[in-house]
Amino acid sequence: MENLIALLIAAPLLGAAVLLCGGRRLDAVGHWIGTVLAAASFVVGVVLFADMLGKDPENRAMHQFLFSWIPVGGFQADVAFQLDQLSMTFVLLITGVGSLIHVYSIGYMEHDERRRRFFGYLNLFLAAMLLLVLADNYLLLYVGWEGVGLASYLLIGFWQHKPSAATAAKKAFLVNRVGDVGLSIAIMLMFTTFGTFAFGPVLEATGEATEGKLTAIALMLLLAACGKSAQVPLQSWLGDAMEGPTPVSALIHAATMVTAGVYLIVRSADIFNAAPDAQLVTTVVGAVTLLFGAIVGCAKDDIKKALAGSTMSQIGYMVLAAGLGPIGYVFAIMHLVTHGFFKAGLFLGAGSVMHGMNDEVDMRKYGGLRKYMPITFITFGLGYLAIIGFPGLSGFFSKDKIIEAAFAKGGTEGWILGGVALLGAAITAFYMTRVMLMTFFGEERWRNQPSASPAEPDVEPAAEHHGAQGEPHPHESPKVMTVPMIVLAVGSVFAGAFFSIGDRFIHWLEPVTGHAHGNPPIGAAAVTASTVAVMVLGVGLAWLQYGRRPVPVVAPRGSLLTRAARRDLYQDDFNHVVLVRGGEHLTRSLVYVDHTLVDGVVNGTAAGMGGLSGRLRRIQNGYARSYAVSMFGGAAILIAATLLMRAV
Amino acid sequence: MSASAVHSLWTTAAEPIDKIGAPDIEYGQLSPTLIVIGAAILGVLVEAFVPRRTRYHAQVFLSVVALAAAFAAVIALAAGGYATTKSGIVAMGAVAVDGPALFLQGTILLAGILGVFTFAERRLDPAAHGNRVDSFAAQAASVPGSDSEKAAVKAGFTTTEVFPLLLFAVGGMLIFPAANDLLTLFIALEVFSLPLYLLCAVARRKRLMSQEAAVKYFLLGAFASAFTLFGIALLYGYAGSVRYGTIARVVDGTVGEVTPALAGTMGNDALLLIGAAMVVMGLLFKVGAVPFHMWTPDVYQGAPTPVTGFMAAATKVAAFGALLRLLYVVLPGLRWDWRPVMWAVAIVTMLGGAIVAITQTDIKRLLAYSSIAHAGFILAGVIATTPDGVSSVLFYLGAYSFVTIGAFAVVTLVRDAGGEATHLSKWAGLGRRSPLVAAVFAVFLLAFAGIPLTSGFAGKFAVFKAAAEGGAGAIVVVGVISSAIAAFFYIRVIVLMFFSEPRPEGPTVAVPSPLTMTAIGVGVAVTLVLGVAPQYFLDLASQAGVFVR
Repeated sequence: MENLIALLIAAPLLGAAVLLCGGRRLDAVGHWIGTVLAAASFVVGVVLFADMLGKDPENRAMHQFLFSWIPVGGFQADVAFQLDQLSMTFVLLITGVGSLIHVYSIGYMEHDERRRRFFGYLNLFLAAMLLLVLADNYLLLYVGWEGVGLASYLLIGFWQHKPSAATAAKKAFLVNRVGDVGLSIAIMLMFTTFGTFAFGPVLEATGEATEGKLTAIALMLLLAACGKSAQVPLQSWLGDAMEGPTPVSALIHAATMVTAGVYLIVRSADIFNAAPDAQLVTTVVGAVTLLFGAIVGCAKDDIKKALAGSTMSQIGYMVLAAGLGPIGYVFAIMHLVTHGFFKAGLFLGAGSVMHGMNDEVDMRKYGGLRKYMPITFITFGLGYLAIIGFPGLSGFFSKDKIIEAAFAKGGTEGWILGGVALLGAAITAFYMTRVMLMTFFGEERWRNQPSASPAEPDVEPAAEHHGAQGEPHPHESPKVMTVPMIVLAVGSVFAGAFFSIGDRFIHWLEPVTGHAHGNPPIGAAAVTASTVAVMVLGVGLAWLQYGRRPVPVVAPRGSLLTRAARRDLYQDDFNHVVLVRGGEHLTRSLVYVDHTLVDGVVNGTAAGMGGLSGRLRRIQNGYARSYAVSMFGGAAILIAATLLMRAV
Repeated sequence: MSASAVHSLWTTAAEPIDKIGAPDIEYGQLSPTLIVIGAAILGVLVEAFVPRRTRYHAQVFLSVVALAAAFAAVIALAAGGYATTKSGIVAMGAVAVDGPALFLQGTILLAGILGVFTFAERRLDPAAHGNRVDSFAAQAASVPGSDSEKAAVKAGFTTTEVFPLLLFAVGGMLIFPAANDLLTLFIALEVFSLPLYLLCAVARRKRLMSQEAAVKYFLLGAFASAFTLFGIALLYGYAGSVRYGTIARVVDGTVGEVTPALAGTMGNDALLLIGAAMVVMGLLFKVGAVPFHMWTPDVYQGAPTPVTGFMAAATKVAAFGALLRLLYVVLPGLRWDWRPVMWAVAIVTMLGGAIVAITQTDIKRLLAYSSIAHAGFILAGVIATTPDGVSSVLFYLGAYSFVTIGAFAVVTLVRDAGGEATHLSKWAGLGRRSPLVAAVFAVFLLAFAGIPLTSGFAGKFAVFKAAAEGGAGAIVVVGVISSAIAAFFYIRVIVLMFFSEPRPEGPTVAVPSPLTMTAIGVGVAVTLVLGVAPQYFLDLASQAGVFVR
């Protein structure tokens, strides 16, 4: 059975190879090849899952050794896989949601002439992501890590003819590199500390290393997680990444890839458990990001960017939970899975709305769409209820557990983290209600509005078939798009309850991550009650502002905070002033030093050598007599030196 | 001639000499040398009795067959275990047959075969009066520019004596690294030096320059030989023997017996140190180490280019072999005395060769200085005084000799009206005109510079590694710096060939016969094979790296 593990990766990898190398003759069937191979991977995943369920919970992990990759003395890197409950969870999420989004993309990308390539990239992403979660050592994980980075870059910049997309892709790639450096340093530190970087030996040996080293490794891993999961301070790329096609935003920049950081932290649980300082930093990063993303999400008028802010914020919750240690790991992953359902559903819904609205993304030019797109409205609405934590839906269970665990951390920290998490829940309710109201309720503000498309010179190719003139004609999307949305909506509604009843998810993951029950100081019931209360508060405030009053088509100037949030809390300005300018200054001074000092020394040496050579050359005057004198002198020195050596 | 023999001559002169035992000669183990020397003598007879028309073919055939047979004999000996388990001292203690000797003899013989190929090249120079000519003077004895010279050219004479001369030189070189006593060493030195002096003098073009080079080489060589001979005398005075093993034992103090006739000098360390320094000096002259290198550029430039290539490769192999044996077998007890001095020699040799080469404008002089720098690199391995040191030097010598012969063979191809166009400015843009020749030469230059995937890198890495492990870290640092300096002028030639505009009146590249092509082809092949997969040959060298004592 364990021999099937490689097949999980092989199927999408084959798809990527065939689609990217196959050329134009595959244009007609390329999307089907990609979708079938993604689905095949999902089927293999389900088979393995069924097999795993039949086993004793403690012995569910499977290993497959493929080949020895870099065997050099003490440095042994293998291509080997490990499939345990944690990996299994990810495999099902990645291949399941991935397959649905493949199906959705068939419709969404129908009119894009580079659709085959798009599916090739999607398959490449699936293969890399599966490699990331299936690797049994950090080095192979790093390969997958870089692979998803590459796929993400290619897909964000898929419409590379748009300068904004090309720039966004570059930005995502560069910011991710910062995190990647963290991961590579962490791997090097592991190797010097433990002499290996395979999961098993490293995690078992954490007791032997000093806390300082473990803290260093954990912080480097956290840096990596920050890059991939868009956590403060490496969060700036995620908003721009929305330049990619919407299915990409749903799959990569909401449901799967951006959660890789959470996977990394939970996978390295033993290291983090032994490094409390690093755990504290992790919780702080998570808490800051969940507020940061939520605030940004409140101010964005672009529906995808609002959702991107939300993604950042929700991953903040997961990182916070992962930083809490054994009381949080399970809930971090549980929220990750439920989030995978509802956020993918929300993005697909947003894509469906854009599809019907001539690719307009400004929510101020939406309104009252529920009549025109009933299926999109219902599925989006269910996702909305799930994310704000409406009792009984997925997000309620997973988010509530994280807030409980944050309080249960204890002490002042517990109160602060719990408070932040609660505040975040309120803001989540606020901005999601805002999105909901602005899009599906209120006046039909798109009437008598020229479509966005003619005004923007950089038209997405997918938009061209809409006859992008005049006011839009909202319409429901085709079945190939709505069916995946319905499936995801079902997941958004029931997944949380399914996981929570009888603590199923806890028992499932406990053998891998460990679990400790946390008791919040004010009681679990009180936390749940206040979570619901702040949710209602957030919804109410949003209704007061966007439901009761008409939404202006042109954004008002807004308060200082609103303006700051619209500019992503000045993150890009900060990066530009501090990093870009600073980098430019550093480069210029280094170039100056290089030109004057380094080149000076080099050229000086060369000139000096040339001069010396010219002078020495003159000794070679062509007269045998002076050669003989030189030999005689040399012999005299040789003899004298030999005698001198003895005398000394 | 051993110490006891001298003694008995003094004391038993009055007694009747009833019998002199015939010396015990192991013909089989000496066969490589005997074959070559025998063929050389046969070559002289060929010169005397074979008609002029067929001499060239007879000589080439004889030389190649003799060298190949000798090489086969070396292989047979090595396969028979004489390089390892059965190694020993033969010919009444005069010659050693062991790993280093056989390895170096094999290398010299291969260099000799390639040398014969380049000597025999007759398609490069335009035919004179309908006769194909080679690089050698029509009649070496005729005065340059005289009527007799013109007559000789018109008659289509060629100097076919170069082949027996080469064989004599090879014969001497075969004995040189195997010599196990100081007199054999000296005789071998002269046997291979004298033919080389002559060979230097017989260039067809630029004859005065060639003769000047030969005279310089001869004078300075004689000067160096005198030092060597004097050093040998002093060593005899110190040890009472010229036998390597005996001297080594006296140095170690294991022989207490004093020869009465030498009672005044034996055991006097001053004699030992001065004598050793002088013998070593003679060998350093042959390898071209600073400050005994001054002859190298002039001789390399003046000698006929095929001779230069052969001499640069084979002499270096033979002389380093002898130096290794002297330092490792005779003088290991003096290690603490000679090591610092050799350090200094190696350092000035590496730096001196590399620095002066920068401003050279003649390709042959450039290669001469390059060979000086390489002598320094090899000395770095010699100084290591470890088994790795020996094997790394063996490997380096093998690799270097093929690169050298190949490089000089390429030099013979680039010609203009005055013969070979050796001035660097004429090589500008060669890569555009003759990409293949330029590419081949670039390979050789990269090997000289020690760029990975060429034999030069593997060799340099081996000697530097041995030197570093032998505790000579400073030498390695200087070696790497010199390599960097040297890389400059090698790469400059490549840049000149490929990235400069060709000159309108530039040289042409002659199409050689298969002989030179073989020499160049083998050079390139060995350079690349030793560069890409050196391990087998490194293993071979390290198996061969044990001296018999």
